[in-house]
Amino acid sequence: MSFKKTARTLPRVGDGPFFRRALIGIVLTLGALLILAPLLIIGVEAFSKGWQVYRDTILHPDTRHAIMLTVLAALIAVPVNTAFGVAAAWAITKFDFRGKGFLLVVIEIPFSVSPIVAGVAYLFVYGLQGLFGPTLDAYGIKILFAIPGIILASMFVTAPFVARELIPLMQAQGRDLEEAATSLGASGWRTFFSVTLPNIKWALLYGVVLCNARVMGEFGAVSVVSGNIRGQTNTLPLHIELLYHDYQAAGAFASASILALIAVFTIIAKVALERQGAGRVRPAANPAENAS
Amino acid sequence: MRRNVLPGLRLSLGVTLLYVSLIVVLPLAALVFKAASLGPQDYWQIVTSSRALASYRVTVLAALGATLFNLFFGLALAWVLVRYRFPGRRIVDAMVDLPFALPTAVAGISLTALFTTNGVFGSILDSYGIKVAYTPLGIMIAMCFTSLPFIVRTVQPVLEDLDPALEEAAQSLGGSDFAIFRKVILPLLTPALLAGVSLSFARSLGEFGAIIFIAGNQPMSTEITALLIFIRLEEYDYQAAAAIASVLLLTAFLMLAVTNWLQARALRYTRRS
Repeated sequence: MSFKKTARTLPRVGDGPFFRRALIGIVLTLGALLILAPLLIIGVEAFSKGWQVYRDTILHPDTRHAIMLTVLAALIAVPVNTAFGVAAAWAITKFDFRGKGFLLVVIEIPFSVSPIVAGVAYLFVYGLQGLFGPTLDAYGIKILFAIPGIILASMFVTAPFVARELIPLMQAQGRDLEEAATSLGASGWRTFFSVTLPNIKWALLYGVVLCNARVMGEFGAVSVVSGNIRGQTNTLPLHIELLYHDYQAAGAFASASILALIAVFTIIAKVALERQGAGRVRPAANPAENAS
Repeated sequence: MRRNVLPGLRLSLGVTLLYVSLIVVLPLAALVFKAASLGPQDYWQIVTSSRALASYRVTVLAALGATLFNLFFGLALAWVLVRYRFPGRRIVDAMVDLPFALPTAVAGISLTALFTTNGVFGSILDSYGIKVAYTPLGIMIAMCFTSLPFIVRTVQPVLEDLDPALEEAAQSLGGSDFAIFRKVILPLLTPALLAGVSLSFARSLGEFGAIIFIAGNQPMSTEITALLIFIRLEEYDYQAAAAIASVLLLTAFLMLAVTNWLQARALRYTRRS
């Protein structure tokens, strides 16, 4: 509230009553049109053919299979990326080595790469026209157009999520506590679990939540490597596309409503974790600066 | 330099390097390798084919339009969230992240439902003769949606940390609100704005899921580059897919370099102030 700051004599820039109201009005209107409306229309369209159609779509074996596959991908990709994120953050923030700035940039690469490019790149590793494809095929191992490909592509897209939350925080916390614990005789794992982890748990969870949302919602990369086999390699986002192009809009929106619900829960979890202080420490300025 | 007593360097760095190599570097290297195996002449012919050029054009123009819109809207949104108190502010603040949390395919079908000629917005716009769905304008709107949070979230913290004394000083010298905004506040926000703009633009260039539903996907007019790659794959033309994907990859690296440079500058700027 502005009247708390009694010492101020002048209103701050942009605090004129007319300007203020006009700007709030414009921003909220545009926000409602661009952000809120797409969320609301999912519910409207999902139930446009009635509750029965909604229920039938959700309970349809193909939808259930897509949900299972999406959950499976998340159950594997998220823990693996979490372990990677913790390892990367530990190496980068607790030690000094050459090329640290470069490593930081490489970890961030998946954020800048188009998901389609990511999918194509995996094709040229594990596909029949790729590096290992022919060898794998000779041994009867199927990675592309199968579940492993979907999980690998999801891992690529979300690789930076946990590391990115942990690195700036652990950088800011320094090494003193861990050094004290180790010098008192604690093992490395003990130091991590009783000293480091309590200090980073909210940021870790924050990264996990965002990573999970992205894995479950990934579309571009997965659509290249999955082969879109109905009831076999369709994740929920792919299932939505399939129904949509099949002129089953209500079904597509019904499936989309599950993902929208997950998105809303993700945002609620994010806000709750931000109250605990997660997501506050922003990425360190110049990676090279911190390479000390 | 003091000796580091902490354990786990070998394990943590080993895991990190192995994972990054296998998951990130290897696939991208394979893609570059595949594209390079084409030979310069074939490569050039594919990446400068008229259909590819048309796809770059529509992608870049729509991304520029979306980024420009988000520059103004994102700044206004960040300003309103930081400077004003109004009922529901926290909810609006949380909702800004929706485009990041909502899967792109879901965003794609909902934006299409809103903007087709019989949709809620589309029917109104259609009566004014404006078509959004299945036109470049639709591509732009999908990009606006997916990249909006970048500018808000880069500008917001800088705006929060802005020292009120600077404004007060300018006010005491008799500056009008607009002059103070333009000459005092905006220069302080510029590094963060630029960093947000480059993130937003980079994201728009690579976006796929949100766009393909609303775009119409007509070659030469509403076909984005990411989709052209996908189509080449479906035609089993892997070399062409690799070549065009390498163009997107190169652009991504370029944008990553620009963003890193701008972010470093933005943070140095805020640290100094």
